[in-house]
Amino acid sequence: MARPRAFDVTTLPGFTFIAIVSFLLLYAPIVTLVIYSFNAGDSVNLWGGFSLKWYHVAAGNEAVQGAAIRSFIIATWASVIATTVATMAALGTTRRGKYRGQSLIYIIINQPLMVPEIVTAVALLIFFSSVKIATGYTGLGYLILAHSAFCVPFAYLPIKARLEGMDINMETAAADLYATPWKAFRHVTLPLLAPGIIAGAMLAFIISLDDVIITEFVKSAGQDTLPTYMLGQLRRALTPEVNAISTVLLALSIVILALFSVVTRKRG
Amino acid sequence: MSIKVAVAARNVGKIYGAGAAAVNALGDVSIDIQQGEFFTLLGPSGCGKTTLLRCIAGFETPTSGTILLSGRDITHTPPSARPVNTVFQSYALFPHLTVADNVGFGLKMQGKSRSEVASTVARVLDLVKLEAFADRLPAQMSGGQQQRVALARALAPAPEVLLLDEPLSALDLKLRKEMQSELKRLQTETGITFVFVTHDQEEALTMSNRIAVMSAGELLQVGTPRDIYDRPVNRFVADFIGETNFLVGEVDGTAVRIASGERLDVPLNGQTGRVTLAIRPEQIKIGTVPGGLAATVTDATYLGTDTHYALALSDGSALVARVQSRTGDDFAVGDTVGVTVDASAVQVLKE
Repeated sequence: MARPRAFDVTTLPGFTFIAIVSFLLLYAPIVTLVIYSFNAGDSVNLWGGFSLKWYHVAAGNEAVQGAAIRSFIIATWASVIATTVATMAALGTTRRGKYRGQSLIYIIINQPLMVPEIVTAVALLIFFSSVKIATGYTGLGYLILAHSAFCVPFAYLPIKARLEGMDINMETAAADLYATPWKAFRHVTLPLLAPGIIAGAMLAFIISLDDVIITEFVKSAGQDTLPTYMLGQLRRALTPEVNAISTVLLALSIVILALFSVVTRKRG
Repeated sequence: MSIKVAVAARNVGKIYGAGAAAVNALGDVSIDIQQGEFFTLLGPSGCGKTTLLRCIAGFETPTSGTILLSGRDITHTPPSARPVNTVFQSYALFPHLTVADNVGFGLKMQGKSRSEVASTVARVLDLVKLEAFADRLPAQMSGGQQQRVALARALAPAPEVLLLDEPLSALDLKLRKEMQSELKRLQTETGITFVFVTHDQEEALTMSNRIAVMSAGELLQVGTPRDIYDRPVNRFVADFIGETNFLVGEVDGTAVRIASGERLDVPLNGQTGRVTLAIRPEQIKIGTVPGGLAATVTDATYLGTDTHYALALSDGSALVARVQSRTGDDFAVGDTVGVTVDASAVQVLKE
């Protein structure tokens, strides 16, 4: 006897067609971009034969080199700072019972996700320019601070998810077995939390690497990152050099996202 | 020889929350748990037994009163500084550590040398028959094995007192029976004071040296299993431990006149007014009339060795009797029978 089948969206008419069109719309432009990074010609949309020329050009361009180094310095510092802050915030919001003002604290932590980025950018521009005048400091510190701030919620979410799946009795059991609070954190909480922390840090790193709006507003002269350098190129004639840089960034994010999914899947 | 007190609670009270939302989890509990005893805190969920256990472990601080460990006041000592270990209901094994590292955790935190940790872990794993599993992770073991690891982990640092928070509730019946005798064996072999929390009265009766029955944050009775079963102090204890018949009556001279009008001679201990008689089903004898209280059989269930009779007295009050099955000695539904009870088997409770 045939059992009534459960509802399955994949059996609806047109499902396959819509899925294929969606994937095409999402990925065809990216595939085109990657293909044209190997163009021997000077155009981003006229094919002139296969070549690695633009990768050499990009790698040899001092402005690109400087921007890449700056991007990595900022992303590394921002992900370290944001992950540290996010770990403390996650511990404070999950390793205890419900308390008054809990939802307000969630809103404050996740604020960078809600507030339009351009508003944060303008606010930081105004705030940092007065700090610059007062202190005279014009280094990368402002960008690192700004990136750290908007990376916190991205680092916070996987760490919080990991903590919520963790038996609340873990630290209690450690304390029962003569572990001081610091030892309990060091030997029990931290190793169990590590996959969440690594995932959070990788997410924060990618988010920082990709940022344009806040960076564009906060950076001082000569502080271009890879995304703002590429934005600047738009004002001149666009060459496949931009495609080459984009392709490298894309490959990097795919590698990091793959690592992210491996780390988050291996639970317990 | 004087009996040493391992754990003492003095007027311990615990209130959660404040104001109108305050919950009184523990009233005013005083209790002496002796060294080397298997002591059980028994009661329905929400009676405060786990709260009392957590106060002894140091996971909760009592709102009032003091906790003494071998005479020392430990009320405000953090759990990490108390020579007391806990077996958690959820086991709470560290999933990232092997069985050996779980068992050695307490010793390592105490700063014991590597070789001392290794030899103690080996000895304790041997004690719980898990020597072959030292390198496994908890997730690779069955529930019963994880239970043994939790026990071994709590026993390894040789605590003065071992606290067990309903540790058997997640196991199936067969495994539970096995672990009950296993726990008794471990307690006898190690000589460590066990404080065991359960809501299962049968478990409490079979395992404990003494039982404390709790309800609604209060301590109702402390005694040996036999005391508690044969001499319950009130209706709650009589009802919670085993099956009991209750008959309401009035003291009339030296006897009690029950609702059906008959007088029963029972040990009164000076009680007057309205009382409740508690009678265990196995203490009721039934025979042919005349003789004893007249009753009608309303139901008979043959269970092999025993037969359960549901009886109705002349006023309609119900009684349950558990009688050993003997050939030619059975009654049918509708029969009129005579019910007798030894006076000494009747417990007179204040109404």
